[in-house]
Amino acid sequence: MMGYLARRLVSLALSLVVASAVIFLVVEVAPGDPASFMLGMNAQSDTVAALRSELGLDLPPVQRYLAWIGGMMTGDFGVSYTYRAPVAQMVAERVQVSLPLALLALGLAVVIALPAGIVAATHRGKAADLGVVGATQLGVAIPNFWFAMLLVLLFALKLRWFSAGGFPGWSDPVMALKSLTLPAVALALPQAAILARVLRSSLIDILSEDFMRTARAKGLSRRQTLWRHGLRAALIPVLTILGLQFSFLLAGAIIIEQVFFLPGLGRLIFQAITQRDLIVVESVTMLLVFAVIAVNFLTDLAYVAADPRLRR
Amino acid sequence: MKSLVLGAVLTVLVLAAALLSFAWTPGDVTSVDIPARLQPPSVQHLLGTDHLGRDMLSMIMTGARTSLAVALVAVGIGMGLGVPLGLAAAARQGGWLDETIMRFNDLVFAFPSLVIAILVTALLGPGAINAILAIGIFNIPVFARLTRGAALPLWHREFILAARTAGKSALRISVEHILPNTTNLLIVQGTIQFSLGILAEAGLSYVGLGAQPPIPSWGRMLADAQTMVALAPHVAIIPGTAIVLTVLGLNLLGDGLRDRLDPRLQGRAA
Repeated sequence: MMGYLARRLVSLALSLVVASAVIFLVVEVAPGDPASFMLGMNAQSDTVAALRSELGLDLPPVQRYLAWIGGMMTGDFGVSYTYRAPVAQMVAERVQVSLPLALLALGLAVVIALPAGIVAATHRGKAADLGVVGATQLGVAIPNFWFAMLLVLLFALKLRWFSAGGFPGWSDPVMALKSLTLPAVALALPQAAILARVLRSSLIDILSEDFMRTARAKGLSRRQTLWRHGLRAALIPVLTILGLQFSFLLAGAIIIEQVFFLPGLGRLIFQAITQRDLIVVESVTMLLVFAVIAVNFLTDLAYVAADPRLRR
Repeated sequence: MKSLVLGAVLTVLVLAAALLSFAWTPGDVTSVDIPARLQPPSVQHLLGTDHLGRDMLSMIMTGARTSLAVALVAVGIGMGLGVPLGLAAAARQGGWLDETIMRFNDLVFAFPSLVIAILVTALLGPGAINAILAIGIFNIPVFARLTRGAALPLWHREFILAARTAGKSALRISVEHILPNTTNLLIVQGTIQFSLGILAEAGLSYVGLGAQPPIPSWGRMLADAQTMVALAPHVAIIPGTAIVLTVLGLNLLGDGLRDRLDPRLQGRAA
């Protein structure tokens, strides 16, 4: 186990190094100089040069890369070119929207997927199963931002139960939660569909295993075997998928934030890109990549802890 | 069986609409007719008109072209590079080439693909070509991994041993014997990646990073519809339905093909 852990940690570190280099390179080769963008079209060339040296843009790329990475590791994400505020502080503000949104969506997806998957697997081939299978087919085919628009149309514009967008801040938690409800539902739908599918098929496999028959033979009821033995084993692949889906959840959140005008990390990236606030783009993207790679690493560990055969 | 037929019908329908749009569309997608804007479906405009008075049916048909082209080329990139990499890795199982390819694969795999796609297209300039590249790059490890996984057990089969004794090179064996035996899997995965590509393209063009106007694209139509949705719901409902039907068709086709091509799954419920 220790050897496995060491190997995984090395590959985790390697992933992060490569990811940071790729992000830095992409931002580096992108057209558009932040300094001339900030000063406008009529700026004197020496003013631009002065600002470039103030922002550190005149340093060689390798030096800037190392300074950026070194800063990230000590919690210094740089200072926004446009807002003159520390990127860490801007991220901290935006995370208050994005993280609750993602967690709410994840929770909703699990709450929908668990019963759906269980009912489908235990009533295989019956009407309930066909209904769930059909719903999941539809669920994975619907773009979540379109689903979000339909939700707005129905619940915000026609029924007026929710607002169509915006975020009032956490000073009023009820209103804040209310404004995150529709975005979370839209984000949760495709996730729920995928989870329900995986749970259904893994539960179907488990239900035909010998240990399930043994459990029945020793006198447990159908319900008891399902809850005590079947579900526990069937949830392992679901966990892995949950980890893998995390990156799609983040990307989905970036797009959903656009639909609902939510001031989260996604909008921060988009604003920063249009303003050529490159340090914000780099640092926020790196944070998102770090989150995805770390979550995948943790799910891998959980998976291996649950299934010792994988520790090769 | 049912899903294969339904999926094939939907896919052929979308393909036909896209191909037909090269020769004929009911209206002109480049002409603006403001007085006739946001009309609900009628006899003149079967699916109504958009916020610039353009015929929605024509927009959908031409938009199908963009979606299919982007997703198809992205799958092509994934297959074109991923399959040879997977074949090479399997042929040199355990060697440095195999290790390098698979580690590189893991790296790309660990990336949040859509986040990077957004970054790449936003910085390098929005447009269909960059969208294709951004989606296509992340298809490479999918196909490389799949091909390697399918090829590895084949290398231990008798007919491969026979070919080796006959003096065929690893390259020839890979192309002549291994590749043909992995095509079923590749076709099924191809349809899945194709449908994921359609969704990714729709997302990118919705946030303004896909094909640029005046080229119609479904995601762009939805972005345009967002502020009009209260006045004319059809401008939001129709492009979304087109995306759902296309993705649904491809997924059903993929499921159906998998059941059809893999005899072990015969008789098992989907």
